[in-house]
Amino acid sequence: MNLIDFLREHEAAIVQRWCDLIFGTYAPETVQFLKKVKNRFDNPVAYQTNEGVKGLYKALIYDMETEQLSNYLDEVIRIRAIQDFSPAQAVAFIFLIKNVVREQLREHFKGEVRIDQFSQELFDFDCRIDGLALLGFNVYMNRREKLHKIRLEEVKNKVSGLLRRTGMSIDYH
Amino acid sequence: MAKIPTPEELSNISFQPPAKGWMDTKPEFKEGCYCNAASPKWLEWLDYPYPRNWSVRDEDWKLPANWKEILLEGFDERLGRFRTLKLFMDICVRCGACADKCQFFIGSGDPKNMPVLRAELMRSIYRRYFTTAGKVLGKLAGARPLTEDVIKEWYYYLYQCSECRRCSVFCPYGIDMADLTILGRELLSSIGLNIEWTMASVGSCYETVGHIGATPQAYKDMIDFFAEENERVTGVYTNVTYNRKGAEILFIVPSGDYFADPGTFNYMGYLLLFEYLGLDYTISTYAAEGGNFGYFMSHEMGKRLNAKFYEEAKRLGVKWILGGECGHMWRVCNQYMSTWNGPADFLEEPVSPITGTKFENAKNHKMVHISEFTADLIKHGKLKLDPSRNAHIKLTYHDSCNPSRAMGLFEEPRYIIRNVVPEGNFIEMPSNTIREKTFCCGSGSGFNGDEYLEMRFRGGFPRANAVRYVRDKYGVNHLACICAIDRAVFPPLLDYWVPGMDVIGVSEMVGNALVFPNEIERTTDLRDRPLVGCEEAEEEEGGEIE
Repeated sequence: MNLIDFLREHEAAIVQRWCDLIFGTYAPETVQFLKKVKNRFDNPVAYQTNEGVKGLYKALIYDMETEQLSNYLDEVIRIRAIQDFSPAQAVAFIFLIKNVVREQLREHFKGEVRIDQFSQELFDFDCRIDGLALLGFNVYMNRREKLHKIRLEEVKNKVSGLLRRTGMSIDYH
Repeated sequence: MAKIPTPEELSNISFQPPAKGWMDTKPEFKEGCYCNAASPKWLEWLDYPYPRNWSVRDEDWKLPANWKEILLEGFDERLGRFRTLKLFMDICVRCGACADKCQFFIGSGDPKNMPVLRAELMRSIYRRYFTTAGKVLGKLAGARPLTEDVIKEWYYYLYQCSECRRCSVFCPYGIDMADLTILGRELLSSIGLNIEWTMASVGSCYETVGHIGATPQAYKDMIDFFAEENERVTGVYTNVTYNRKGAEILFIVPSGDYFADPGTFNYMGYLLLFEYLGLDYTISTYAAEGGNFGYFMSHEMGKRLNAKFYEEAKRLGVKWILGGECGHMWRVCNQYMSTWNGPADFLEEPVSPITGTKFENAKNHKMVHISEFTADLIKHGKLKLDPSRNAHIKLTYHDSCNPSRAMGLFEEPRYIIRNVVPEGNFIEMPSNTIREKTFCCGSGSGFNGDEYLEMRFRGGFPRANAVRYVRDKYGVNHLACICAIDRAVFPPLLDYWVPGMDVIGVSEMVGNALVFPNEIERTTDLRDRPLVGCEEAEEEEGGEIE
């Protein structure tokens, strides 16, 4: 068995574990909530994180465009970029998949097969994750820049009616 | 080799189970996540205690020397005055029903935003100073001493409660976190801790027309401008009178509707409706602020600002008051106005001059919501409406917290919407996010300061998430609401979470749909956007705003 087959076969378990680790970056009381409440509207952080991670993982194990990868990253990072995380904490979750995969391999083969049998493939996989993290950095910055643009727009909009009254042009739409 | 944290370490650095309990965990005031301190100027205007220059980020908040005494005396006095406070301090059984119902908890993941824990911030002080168990057993009984750190924590978290009351819907005892927040903020205010956004608005409203500090002349100028705009778009000039004695109705709106888009288009809608009806109404340049930010800092200040309504109604000799689309204004009017400034025995029980309908629900405070008034007109067939003029608007409706949870206004706006947009254009969000369970916009109770953007976006995430669902599934492109704060804060919030959504007031759509006998051919809506079928004509003319 090669690594990619393993990753495809164990998709559900790996995604679940990756998500659980991401939830683990919140306070303990919050972790309980994130894991327990399944309704997507009552628990949007868990839902959107889960959807993003599911998509990301699919993108990793099947061929997908970079843009799609960025969109899935954005699902998760859009939330973390405005929560109480430092920039590094907001994107660090991407790297966690490296350990998740190793964990799953160890658990599955239980010593029958040495992990280093996959060493070249794991190295390649890790490189892709490093690339993903760089994309994640782009996504994070886009989100922060978006926030600042919105802040500027908001300041303008607060007086937009008055500006319109004075005949100053505004681009409302 | 340099020590570099691993991703695992990084991910968990601040978020592992804290070694200390919640009582000992201090809040960290990060940029974007706290409201700025109020400038002394406003406190001096309002004669509020301890005006001083201070900053939230400073270690020393320059509290008055006897701050502890003031605060505890204030707490004691309120325990005697507000039965709710005493009850809410005592009866919580920590069942956890409220814990995951607050959008600030859901969006931020900060457990101190669970209403049960946010209330505990105050309860721990109550226990320590006002219960025997707490005095004797201290921490064992959930009590803790009052320190400056506790005050900072109150400031941080009481200004992360938007007083939306969603948690109270789920609490089996009906504990209302909003009540606790209001009283907690009062106590903070008593030692000179107030937020700039609220105080600036309150100070301006107290001294001038409304929250933005416009003069009566500027206010009139804006409304006259809307009348001209209405004429340009519809061919109908909407006559307005100001401070006219003897008018039947006094009309009061939140200031958000006359200075910022898209509220301004809503104001145009109000004026068109009244012109259509030939309503005998007037607008006051004194009672010109429906919103009441005073209510966000203390009952006393809420009462002071609210007094303008009845004072002006009495001076002008109107029969009753009609109110525009505002949020907390309606909680104030429904639940406080009669006892604060009533009885309004100089006013009459509101009766629609067009349909004869008696608004019995407003018998006491004599104020009718524009949605009740309009829905009644439609029900009686008094309005000629062309829903196709709103065909470009596929919308969902956000129940603004206060009109929904504080006055049960669920059906009227929906009824209006169904009559002013084509069938199939109105899509509801999922049931656990609307009506009494509606999610807050994340910006109520004084949170629309730009310094608070990130925290607002956390609190507004659950609402935006439901909006996104109907956008993706049904192609919804507008979010309708009946609150001026909503209209101000949703555009940026949705731009972050659900780009491509416009925000619209219900009365604006009424204005679009109203068919006047003497109107010109309508090719655009009130925002100069081409109507369906008129896109080409607009393009040929350039479609520019003159």
